[in-house]
Amino acid sequence: MNEQLLRYLVIPMAQIGAIIGVMLLCVMYLVLWERKLIAFMQVRMGPMRVGYHGLLQPLVPKAADRWVHLIAPIILMIPALACFAVIPFAGTTFDIAGQTIQPWVADLNIGLLYFLAISSLGVYGLVLAGWSSNSKYSMLGSLRSAAQMISYEVPLGLSIVAILMLSGTASLVGIVEAQRAAGSWFLFNPIYPQVIGLFLYFIAAVAETNRAPFDLPEAETELVAGFHTEYSGMKFAFMFLAEYLNMILAALIVSVLFLGGWLPVTFGIPGLHGLFGNFLPFLGAAGAAITGFFWLALKVFAVLTVYLWLRATFPRYRYDQLMSLGWKWLIPLGLVHVMVTALLMLLRG
Amino acid sequence: MAAYFPVLLFLLVGLAFPIITLFIAQLVRPNRPGDVKSSVYECGIEPETPAWTRVSVRFYVIAVLFVIFDVETIFLFPWAVKYGVLGLFGFIEMSIFLLILVVGYIYAWRKGALQWA
Repeated sequence: MNEQLLRYLVIPMAQIGAIIGVMLLCVMYLVLWERKLIAFMQVRMGPMRVGYHGLLQPLVPKAADRWVHLIAPIILMIPALACFAVIPFAGTTFDIAGQTIQPWVADLNIGLLYFLAISSLGVYGLVLAGWSSNSKYSMLGSLRSAAQMISYEVPLGLSIVAILMLSGTASLVGIVEAQRAAGSWFLFNPIYPQVIGLFLYFIAAVAETNRAPFDLPEAETELVAGFHTEYSGMKFAFMFLAEYLNMILAALIVSVLFLGGWLPVTFGIPGLHGLFGNFLPFLGAAGAAITGFFWLALKVFAVLTVYLWLRATFPRYRYDQLMSLGWKWLIPLGLVHVMVTALLMLLRG
Repeated sequence: MAAYFPVLLFLLVGLAFPIITLFIAQLVRPNRPGDVKSSVYECGIEPETPAWTRVSVRFYVIAVLFVIFDVETIFLFPWAVKYGVLGLFGFIEMSIFLLILVVGYIYAWRKGALQWA
C-alpha cells in the first residue's frame, strides 16, 4: 500500500511541483531575456536597476488591485501547465533512494496527440476573456485570436505528420529514440531532412502563441491590449504567464521533434556520436539524465532566442495577409510536404 | 491506464494552482473600486454601444473550414504512425484521400472562402 502511494502519488506530485516551479522561474527570466535581447538589438541597455545588470529585476512584486472576471485566466493556465505532463526532459531513468525516477511525468503512446489536444483548449480562455470583458477592444482581440489560432492549427498538425511517419510512434520519448536510431536529428534526417517541417511548425507555433509578427490579437496600436485590456492584477499575471509558458512549450516541442530532444548537440556528426553523452560519469545514470536535461535546455534557449529575435526584427502582419498566409500558403505546403515525405520514404526507406 | 494517472494529477494541480493563487491574492490585495476605475476602457470616452454586437460572417466561414481541415489532419495521424508498415498500399490510399480533399480545397478557394477582404 505504501509502495503504491509512493509510486502513484508522491513521486508524480514531486515531479509536477518541480516542473511548475522550474517553469515559473524560466518565465521570469525569459521575460528579462526578452527585454535585454530586444534592448541590445535596438542598441539600448534594457533593465539595469535591480541586481547585477538587472538580474534580480523579475523579483520585484507588482501590486494587484482589481477583480473583474475569473474563469478565463484559469482556463488559460490549465492547458499551459498540463501540457508539460508529456514532455521528456531527459532520456535515462535513474534511482533516488531505491525508487526509479523518470525524467518525464507520463510517457503516453499518444503523447503528441495529447499535446495538440490540450494546447488547443487555451483558445477557450481567450474567447471567454474577450467576451466577458464587454469591451470592444477585448471582443475584437479575442475574435481575431480565435480565428488566427484555429487557422494555424491546421499547418501545425500537417507539419507534425511527417515526424510521425519517420518515427512510427506518437510517444515523445519514442520520437527522440527514433532519432537516436536514425543516427541524426529529424531536421537532418537522411531520408528527407525535415527543414520544411521545422519551418512550417515554427511559423504555426509563433502564430498559435500570438507572438510578433503575428501578435494581432494584442496589437497595441489598434486594440490597446486586445483580449486582456480589462484585466489587471493576478488575473492578468496568469494570462501573461500562460503566454510565456506556451512559448516555452512550443520551443520544447520543436527541440524534441526536430532537434533531437536530449541528444547532444554533436549527435549526428560522424565520430562525435557518443561524445558529450554524459558530463558527470561519476553519478552514473543520474549524470546522463542531467546531461540530457542540459542539452535540451540549451536547444530550448536557442529556439526561444529566435522567437524574441523575430519580435525585434519583423513588423506586424495585416490581418488579411495573416489569413492568406495560413490558408493559401502554409496548408498547401504542408500537404505537399506530407506527400513528399511519403514518396521519399517509399523510394529510399 | 496507470500511465494516465499522473496526467490526471497534473490537470488537477493545474486547476488548483491558479484558484489557490487567486484566492490568496484576493485576501492580500487592496480593494478600492470606483466608478471610473470599474468602467469599460474606451480611450477615455464614454462607451456608446455595448460590445456584444454582431460578428463578421468571415469568422464563421473560418470556423467551418477549420473543422473540415482539422478532422482531415487527425485522420492523417494514425495513418502516419503506421506508414512504415503499410508501404505502397498506404501511399496510394492516402493519395486518393488527399486528392478528394484537395478538390474541396480548390472549390473553397474558387468560391472566395479563403479571401479575407
